[in-house]
Amino acid sequence: MAGGGLMLSFNWLAACQAPSENDVMEMPDEWFDLNSYIKIGNNGVVTLMSPNPEFGSNVKTSMPMILADELDVDWKNVVVEQADFYPERFDRQFTGGSMGILLAWKPLRTAGATARQMLINAAAQQWNVPAGEITTEAGVLHHKASGKSAGYGEMASVAAGLPVPEEVSTKPLSEFRIIGTSRKNVDGKKIVTGAPMFTIDHKVKGMLIAGIIHPPFGMTVKSFDDSAARSMPGIKDVFAIKVLPDDYEQNAFDTVSFPEVVVVVGNTTWEVMNAKKAVKVEWELVPERSFQVQSWGGRQTIVMPKGLESTTAHRVRMEEAARGKAQVLRKDGDPEGAFRRAAKVLERTYTAPHLAHNTMEPVNCFAHVTADRAELYAPIQAPEFIRSTIAARLGMPADKVHIGLARMGGGFGQRAYGHHLVEAAAISQKINAPVKLVYSREDDMTYGIYRPTYTATYRAALDNEGNLIAFHVRGGGIPEHAVHANRFPAGAVDNYLAEGWSIPSNITIGAFRAPRSNFIAGAEQSFLDELAELAGKDPIDFRLELLERAKTNPVGEDNDYDPDRYAGVLELVREKSDWNQPPSNVGRGVAAYFCHNTYVAEVVDMRVEGSTPVIENVYAAVDCGIVVNPDAARNMGEGGIIDGIGNALFGELTFKDGVPEKNNFHQYRMIRQKETPRAVEVHFVENEYDPTGLGEPLFPPVFAAVANALYRATGKRYYEQPFAKHISVSPAML
Amino acid sequence: MATITLNVNGEKRVVEADPQTPLLWILRDHLDLVGTKYGCGIAQCGACTVHVDGTATRSCMLPVSQVGDKKITTIEGLSEHGDHPVQKAWLEHDVAQCGYCQAGQIMTAAALLTNNPNPTDAEIEDAMHGNICRCATYLRIRAAVRTASDNKA
Repeated sequence: MAGGGLMLSFNWLAACQAPSENDVMEMPDEWFDLNSYIKIGNNGVVTLMSPNPEFGSNVKTSMPMILADELDVDWKNVVVEQADFYPERFDRQFTGGSMGILLAWKPLRTAGATARQMLINAAAQQWNVPAGEITTEAGVLHHKASGKSAGYGEMASVAAGLPVPEEVSTKPLSEFRIIGTSRKNVDGKKIVTGAPMFTIDHKVKGMLIAGIIHPPFGMTVKSFDDSAARSMPGIKDVFAIKVLPDDYEQNAFDTVSFPEVVVVVGNTTWEVMNAKKAVKVEWELVPERSFQVQSWGGRQTIVMPKGLESTTAHRVRMEEAARGKAQVLRKDGDPEGAFRRAAKVLERTYTAPHLAHNTMEPVNCFAHVTADRAELYAPIQAPEFIRSTIAARLGMPADKVHIGLARMGGGFGQRAYGHHLVEAAAISQKINAPVKLVYSREDDMTYGIYRPTYTATYRAALDNEGNLIAFHVRGGGIPEHAVHANRFPAGAVDNYLAEGWSIPSNITIGAFRAPRSNFIAGAEQSFLDELAELAGKDPIDFRLELLERAKTNPVGEDNDYDPDRYAGVLELVREKSDWNQPPSNVGRGVAAYFCHNTYVAEVVDMRVEGSTPVIENVYAAVDCGIVVNPDAARNMGEGGIIDGIGNALFGELTFKDGVPEKNNFHQYRMIRQKETPRAVEVHFVENEYDPTGLGEPLFPPVFAAVANALYRATGKRYYEQPFAKHISVSPAML
Repeated sequence: MATITLNVNGEKRVVEADPQTPLLWILRDHLDLVGTKYGCGIAQCGACTVHVDGTATRSCMLPVSQVGDKKITTIEGLSEHGDHPVQKAWLEHDVAQCGYCQAGQIMTAAALLTNNPNPTDAEIEDAMHGNICRCATYLRIRAAVRTASDNKA
């Protein structure tokens, strides 16, 4: 990327606003690109491109922090811009899996260090001194021997014309000046002043608004009568569209709940929302269909059964399936033999319902398709996965499809799926105009791509001394189970069996904040709590003993956790919560989990007022390696914990005859201010592992921490989510 | 369709619209004031909160025909330079994650503090309970409202 500055989509308004609230920077006359990420102005102001789309995990601040530290500039002189989707310029513009920082850590550091080296090389050339004698300090180059110095801005034009060095070294961790310090959200000022930021805010001249009408699950469009709608004010057109190209081989994020939908197009959002109500649509049943999806595990066959599904029927089928055949996922030793000779056996079953993502910004997308180009501006976590689908649907080459990455009003996995981009593009192409497709909250909540409904039955055998001698998990779900066979306590127990089963469904599902972990952690960690009690052991000690076994004498080789780091977070949470001295008026529960590369242990202190849960304090211990932006990391931790508490207590979506029984927030209960804990403390283990993510890992264990705390607060155990439906205090405790 | 005159952020604004159109959509689609957000359309989430004569109001269920000459304040008009004590407190506590709900949160908080400059913690929680934050920044919202009330006092 050496050579003259190609001006990328540059927003002057954004450039005039520094990350710190009151500073206004003087803008440069000229910019020089050192690489895809870094532009230096002739006056030393630096623009850093943030590659990954932003949905609230604040990568738009932490990724530029990494660039700025290796580049060695003062954060005060940095302006951050969101990059559009450019696969030829950026490695991986995917936000999800809590992998953003982890996978970008080395590329960003290298990009910053490379640009710094180019500036050094430019100064070496200009000053005629060896590059090795030049140092940098916060945007200034120094040659101590001669006393020469120059700001980056003075050398930027020369640097931009130099070859890109093949190898550069990055800083030792001890020299970080920005990484590891708390920096404010670069978009803070825009957020608090209501500046246009989200796709739903986007507007261009001549833009029309589109809305969709979708069927119940298991049905599709048979016919529709648009005569009333067409004559309503502001309405331009009504038609049905097929979302995907025929016989299209889908990838993991191509999930389309409703292959054909009815579209209403008009001038304004309100007119379209009204007109939708006036369209009379007749639906018909969809025959059973099966299709291939190219996923990470290879090609998968998805079966969508015929019929209108209901939660009551799901529950009956799940209970039957739990007694039937399951696929063995892992077996160590002789579990049945161990169960036969056990002193004590514990068996428990856990269940949880479908969940809707309910991002605050409902599904929407902007598209402007012309004869040879498609411009989209979209809330999308995974642009690389959906671009070829859009291109195939439009019948144009993928490199003619340009996607601008809008800030997303929440993601949580829902926005990894790009059906809304395909829909908006198809609509724009059909009406030959720019269009903003806007889903109502009802459309959004009933569209699908839900967190599946799951169940898991755990059985464990203890010997006379309370040692765990066998452990058996049989998990199932609709349409997939949540069992991770190689996770703790696999490796810590001689006799182990993990099994899974699933029942197909035409209700679509997708990734939801810590997929699968978001159920199985709660089930497993609740079971371990009850097992520890049966063994007469403290719940933390019980886990630490097992982890010690996994460390010193592991069973099998495929154990998907580091016992030391796992024990580390349990020890830290024990310390920070003052585990053995809980406040007298609370029930205290603990849980721990490792997923998405990060270790978490949590303690919840709660009490119950009548049947109302009141969370007093939550303590979290987190091992995510190096923490890039500590205060933002705590914000993510708090959010994951409170989100988990809300879903554990209240989250639920049920179905009747293919129709979700909740379609807005008056029915779907979300956690709010008065249910939020009194305090949440997030503590980080200090070490030098490469940074791992925080978006998901704090979410799964809190379901069990809540269940375990509820037990001690009410004297009852809770096996069915959402818990708030079932809270009552045991008579023994009254 | 009707011609409707409104007082928005201290300015006279005139729109041509169906009088039944909720104020939310007049602001967003007709006046290009997109800071006020659509979250649910049924006054359950608070993302659409504006001030009508200083009172926090859900604009998604307020037909524009009912506004008349009342003073409407949106997030864009809360302060001239983004420096209302509530906005400053929001920045001090680095409240936001995705940011979508925050304009509504701020408008609710600002109205609370105008009416009750020194609220108790319980009063803050009560007043803010109607505003959903899906990212669950609730603790920081509480702390920011507390800071803003301390600063205003």
